[in-house]
Amino acid sequence: MALKKMLSGNEAVARGMWEAGVQVASAYPGTPSTEILENFALYPGIYAEWATNEKVAVDVAVGAAYAGKRALAAMKHVGLNVAADSLMYASMTGIEAGLVIVSADDPAMHSSQNEQDNRTYAKFARVPCLEPSDSQEAKDFTIAAFELSERFDTPVLLRLTTRICHSMSAVELGERLELPAQTKPFPRNPAKYVMVPSNAIKRHPVIEERIRLIAEYANESPLNRIEWRERTLGIITSGVSYQYAREVFPNASVLKLGMSWPLPEKLIRTFAAGVERLIILEELDPFIEEGVKLMGIACEGKSIFPLVGEFDPYVVRAAAVRAGLLPASVLEASPAPEVGPLPARPPVLCPGCPHRPTFYVLNKLKVPVNGDIGCYTLGLIPPLSAIHTCGCMGAGIAVAHGAAQAGSPEKHVAVIGDSTFFHTGVPALINVAYNRAPVVTVILDNRITGMTGHQQNPGTGQTLLGKDAPVIELEPLVRACGIQHVRTLSALDVDEIEKTLKEYVKLDEPSVLIVQEPCALLPEARRRWVPLEVLAEKCNGCTLCFRIGCPAILKSEELDEKTQRPKALIDASLCTGCEVCAQICPRDAIPFRPDSLFVEKAR
Amino acid sequence: MKNVINFLLCGVGGQGTVLASDVLVNVGLAAGLEAKQAEVHGMSQRGGSVISYVRWGREVHAPIIGQGEADILLAFEKLEVLRNIRFLRADGVAVINNQAIVPLTVTTGGQKYPADEEIRAAFAAVTPNVRFVDGERIAEELGNLRVANVVLLGALSALLEREPALEGSALSAETWLKVIEERVPAKYVELNRRAFEEGRRAVE
Ligand SMILES: Cc1ncc(C[n+]2csc(CCOP(=O)(O)OP(=O)(O)O)c2C)c(N)n1
Ligand code: SF4
Ligand code: SF4
Repeated sequence: MALKKMLSGNEAVARGMWEAGVQVASAYPGTPSTEILENFALYPGIYAEWATNEKVAVDVAVGAAYAGKRALAAMKHVGLNVAADSLMYASMTGIEAGLVIVSADDPAMHSSQNEQDNRTYAKFARVPCLEPSDSQEAKDFTIAAFELSERFDTPVLLRLTTRICHSMSAVELGERLELPAQTKPFPRNPAKYVMVPSNAIKRHPVIEERIRLIAEYANESPLNRIEWRERTLGIITSGVSYQYAREVFPNASVLKLGMSWPLPEKLIRTFAAGVERLIILEELDPFIEEGVKLMGIACEGKSIFPLVGEFDPYVVRAAAVRAGLLPASVLEASPAPEVGPLPARPPVLCPGCPHRPTFYVLNKLKVPVNGDIGCYTLGLIPPLSAIHTCGCMGAGIAVAHGAAQAGSPEKHVAVIGDSTFFHTGVPALINVAYNRAPVVTVILDNRITGMTGHQQNPGTGQTLLGKDAPVIELEPLVRACGIQHVRTLSALDVDEIEKTLKEYVKLDEPSVLIVQEPCALLPEARRRWVPLEVLAEKCNGCTLCFRIGCPAILKSEELDEKTQRPKALIDASLCTGCEVCAQICPRDAIPFRPDSLFVEKAR
Repeated sequence: MKNVINFLLCGVGGQGTVLASDVLVNVGLAAGLEAKQAEVHGMSQRGGSVISYVRWGREVHAPIIGQGEADILLAFEKLEVLRNIRFLRADGVAVINNQAIVPLTVTTGGQKYPADEEIRAAFAAVTPNVRFVDGERIAEELGNLRVANVVLLGALSALLEREPALEGSALSAETWLKVIEERVPAKYVELNRRAFEEGRRAVE
């Protein structure tokens, strides 16, 4: 018997890539896609990298596929917005060897700014879309995607969702397909690979014909199948929704679409004709539903099931009860008692996080702050409450610039992390320098890509494969962008940050403050962890240190005699000894560490 | 055994729910069942609420469950158990670690952390099967707070043998220990073994 192993969907995609003989993979991290490349990088004899952004990742994969090697680019759903331009031309040119683009969508927005349904991109770009429904299929469909890509000379979109990426189920492992090692000569075929208008106009009908042929093939493809059971109810479904269909309607007939674009019209007609009531079960957009309706086939979908958020068996069952598909008794075992409002537990900046002082100061300065995406977006959470806009990666600097150019009377600040700066911050900063707005940009350089679980980036000196790389230094880069007022400080130095920001908001020219200190969870930071203590006899419960929002600072049971306010207490199991609270305590009730980072203040 | 048995694990990022659910799903697999596990990574790691789902059975479809579908709620923290009470089915089993991790919204936001009586009262409407386990205290006595999660797994393994509500779901303690041992560094195997045994004893 073949070896069976518990794999997450992402691990299974990585395994599928390896078995399919993929040689080049490029990605920018993003939940829920990140572990695909992290796992693929562990296989021998392959090349894998963190690209600076998703567009770069797709272009890299395209280059490898032009050069005749199977290649893949992976990203979260919003990453495909960044890479959309590249997807569109790659569809036009086709490839020399298999090219697969993985989009990991995030219904319910567990860690995203929106919940867009990227199947629409497949339709838009005239490429096929495969949707696995568990880890075994995640592996099998990855391999199938490469076969499809080469058979039809097209990029293939492999669309996953959070519940596929991050759920584990058993997978049968196979062997690696050994593809010829020698590299084909790089194509000299401008009619196919140089998309100037005169060539592109000839390619457009080619790709329209291609998608028509794939739609024909979809009727026989083993990726799509009808499971006949009772004929009273028929369900068309794809991806993880297939599992909910089986769970909630065990007796219904199911048309399972492993390839959700292009739609297999003949198969759908056969299925529709064989059932009494036809429903479409899909998360997010009515993507299949609209396609089926365009065929003139009556069906129900979003009139029954939610358009927003992700499904679970209860959600599907409750919707089915409302639509009269199931009796109300199926919900009986769910007492779900009302509990009063509970204190929220939002994610917060870790104890010792080097982002904290910047937000503490920005909050004090009361300036409008245009944020960006990363751990530092948590500067939004009270009591720091110092982010006022945040839309997508790379937006903050240009939004600040736009607000400044609109004559906003306040000085605008943009905050951006190191990885985000390399991702899309650089062009926006050049724009600020070029078009001259007095925007203050703070680059929060914690020497890692934090939010997505600590990936290397061009500032860290290490690659995904563990090789040394030149460290791209921020200060020279910022100067090269055309910014004259630049300073680099320790991210934990509250006073210096405050002094510099007060100075910069008075300038009539663009300025950049770089604050640097490793993320508190990195090994080099952990080695320095030393918990601090509050001297109860000195603390008078002034609450100033609560304003930095450090989870290690608690209210003690002990009240100050005069003020009757609780004194502060530091949880030694959480405190890292970053000394931010020590710097702001006006009564010296929190002594600095023996090897203080702030020798002068400690005296 | 029931056709499928559903576990919902909840707690706070950093408490070891990830290892616990990894053990749980692999125990199911080792016992020859179909098993699935699901969790969310990302934002929730920064000290936020976390949940993960584990399902065992002859045939398991959905990777997650919904309201009223958990046979067992394994809670690592007392506020989080209340937050997730809606998942527990009528007469299901709640195993609750006797630990409170006070969120910032209470420390600085003036909200109130629920008292034990509120937790008991809320569960009274759902099930009589509520077990508090001193996971944190036992782990502390064993000299390493990080094994609280294995103490809870020990308690869970024993309850699966005894709770009438879970009849037929028991797997041998050895199956559990083997899976745990495969997942911890060699020098901590003995400690984890003891944590597991103490957890079993705690619900005797
Ligand atoms: C287009 C796009 N790609 C990827 C992500 C996922 N993502 C969110 S934050 C982040 C990394 C941020 O790293 P950095 O800027 O260094 O800040 P840190 O988290 O370290 O504070 C990534 C990759 C996203 N939201 N959007
Ligand atoms: S992971 Fe690092 S950067 Fe992110 S909040 Fe924690 S300490 Fe800050
Ligand atoms: S030194 Fe103060 S601010 Fe820093 S982690 Fe410890 S308690 Fe929090």
